[in-house]
Amino acid sequence: MKFKSLVSVAAIAVAATAVSGVAQARNQVQIAGSSTVLPYASIVAEAFGENTDFPTPVVESGGSGAGRKKLCEGVGVNTIDIANSSSRISKSDIELCAKNGVTDIMEVRIGYDGIVFASDIKGNSFAFTPADWHSALAAQVLVDGKLVANPNKKWSDVRADLPAQDILAFIPGTKHGTREVFDEKVLHAGCKANGVEEALIAAANGDKAAAKGCMALRTDGVSIDIDGDYTETLARVAANPQGIGVFGLSFYQNNTDKLQVATMGGVVPSVESIAKGEYPVSRPLYFYVKKAHIGVIPGLKEYVEFFMSDDIAGPDGPLAQYGLVSDPELAATQKAVADEVVMGPLN
Amino acid sequence: MTDVAISPTKSIYNPDARTRRRNAAEMRFRLYGLSAVVVGLVALVILLWSILASGLGSFSQAFITIDVPLTASVLDKSGTRDVEELKKVSTVGYGNVLRVALMEQLARDKVDTADVSEKEIFDLLSKEAPATLRNMVLADPSLVGQTIKFKTYANGRVDGYFKGRVTLESAKLDSNITPGQLLLAERMQDAGILTSGFNWDFFFGPDASDLRPEAAGLGIAFIGSAYMMLIVLVLAVPIGVAASIYLEEFAPKNKFTDLIEVNISNLAAVPSIVFGILGLAVFINFMGMPQSASLVGGLVLTLMTLPTIIIATRAALRAVPPSIRDAALGVGASKMQSIFHHVLPLAAPGILTGTIIGLAQALGETAPLLLIGMVSFVRSFPGAPPEGFLDPAAALPVQVYNWTQRGDPAFVERASGAIIVLLIFLVVMNLVAIVLRRRFERRW
Repeated sequence: MKFKSLVSVAAIAVAATAVSGVAQARNQVQIAGSSTVLPYASIVAEAFGENTDFPTPVVESGGSGAGRKKLCEGVGVNTIDIANSSSRISKSDIELCAKNGVTDIMEVRIGYDGIVFASDIKGNSFAFTPADWHSALAAQVLVDGKLVANPNKKWSDVRADLPAQDILAFIPGTKHGTREVFDEKVLHAGCKANGVEEALIAAANGDKAAAKGCMALRTDGVSIDIDGDYTETLARVAANPQGIGVFGLSFYQNNTDKLQVATMGGVVPSVESIAKGEYPVSRPLYFYVKKAHIGVIPGLKEYVEFFMSDDIAGPDGPLAQYGLVSDPELAATQKAVADEVVMGPLN
Repeated sequence: MTDVAISPTKSIYNPDARTRRRNAAEMRFRLYGLSAVVVGLVALVILLWSILASGLGSFSQAFITIDVPLTASVLDKSGTRDVEELKKVSTVGYGNVLRVALMEQLARDKVDTADVSEKEIFDLLSKEAPATLRNMVLADPSLVGQTIKFKTYANGRVDGYFKGRVTLESAKLDSNITPGQLLLAERMQDAGILTSGFNWDFFFGPDASDLRPEAAGLGIAFIGSAYMMLIVLVLAVPIGVAASIYLEEFAPKNKFTDLIEVNISNLAAVPSIVFGILGLAVFINFMGMPQSASLVGGLVLTLMTLPTIIIATRAALRAVPPSIRDAALGVGASKMQSIFHHVLPLAAPGILTGTIIGLAQALGETAPLLLIGMVSFVRSFPGAPPEGFLDPAAALPVQVYNWTQRGDPAFVERASGAIIVLLIFLVVMNLVAIVLRRRFERRW
């Protein structure tokens, strides 16, 4: 008897499973993507759920690339509505989207994020330039006008007025959007300033592609890729007080009692200095909206408008409080969102 | 007669060199074994100690209780007490109400607020407070016009100060709190405005964003885990038991059943993330089920648990002696009757144990849930089953994973607290399994 009832329960469950195979209506917005944008998106989602009648959107992390790929899976309620991204969408993403029928994508720039270099609070203070970082971490540097394998052991070898502390850097792994910015704004800029780029191109008989060697890092263990998130970088810095970690500005601002921040080109990173464009290592953050879902998923457009409203994304809003640098062109973005402007082809 | 001199070296009290070597080898082996156990125990103690030390704090919480006048002219301009009208006042508006109320309360209780700005004082309250107050008013519009006693969380940094996580020294360096605010919080504690208490909301509240770690709770993770366990139980046990009975009692022994057997043992060893990939491909992309839903999570975990249950059930069935089957068949029972009346009841304790261990394994699993969108920020509670199975939900181990990634150190404490809760669940489930086995197991 007992067994029979168990069997019938199971049968009902199996039947329910089969029925649910038919696509369900969904009433909450689904978001996925960058772990850098995740805290901002969850702050907005929380406030959106509190102040409107729509349910709180579900925000999933997983990385910028993974989020954009999910966005491009197709149109329909079982696909996500918004992809958060800490780097701009690529041509290949757009092609994948088009192949799967996702043609109209709205690009929304939410603001800027600073990338900071921070070390243990009890250790030495640093004042860096991009050139210092290139000389410290690059595989090849110029010594007496010749390209040689990087001989620098201490920061004082890089530049005499830096502290005599062993070089040890925890930088984001290659799967992070942050690494792209680090490569471009720090290593590449430093490479140019050091004249290594010129030397590399000259060594390859004028082949411009040789400039890629700028981003080649030394492999003798002084530069360590962190594939996890900033909490892992923080743990590594705590374990190796000699180390210098690369963090997002908002993460640093939440841990100012453990970390001290280095200046870059003489500028202290802060929301203000990044907004003014003085601090060199910053990047825009984006999210991408599937336009076909507006009007289908309740609250989607309202969420986007709410996100970009002055109260939230403006300089006095909760996002700025958490470390996002407000976009000076916010009004233009608000208008584009209201008009549901679709992004054009990348140039 | 010759004297048989008993050589003293032959006495068992006086072992020869070879025996001594053998004894020493045995002694060494025992020491190896003992030290292995000691190493394991030390590791366990360190693990438990570090989790308990950082996690127990999450069970208590600093609260601030103030009298809040809900002035009708501010909160309900229309005067109709209509919920739709009341909704027009946002959480920002309720924040202003709270700030005024807090300042008045401090003045009434003569708490010295000299060197702390009004904004800093308001920051002592959790950012959750305006939303809680707004929801209270929307749920009961008749509150407007009254003065209510309102209890809410203190800010996470203040809470950390009373737990020793934040100190006056660290506050000096901290951009989110000042020593002045912490000293004010102490004076508020003396005045009875700030109290500490057991934090029920840690167990029943929803997750919260990075700006308000003090409000983050495990409620949705509990429900998600419970839903998934229910689905696993309802699907995996009948399917697993039926498959085992067929394979063990009815199936002919041939190459085909051998192949199935090898596959089941293999599946039990497949890394769990593979089931997540399968779930994404089949349940979400092919069958069109919603993302982040506990139904999909439950189905994926069912697939993962099935081999465990089948292997345990078959072992339990095999342990029932053939004499029982023979006796049943001998008095005229059919094969079916002998199995369902005799073999299955006798194997039940073993099946139950296997099921509980499989469930415990599924409860602690994160990897397969990563790919089906369950590792996400969910703040709306899922509905009641069966529709609730399709709503987005979190799960206990996923919540731990989520919290360890957040920037605010207060979330580390929350994550450790969640680990404690998860460990308690696992210990209870394993204990139940042991007790059931002890109680009902029969030996022949």
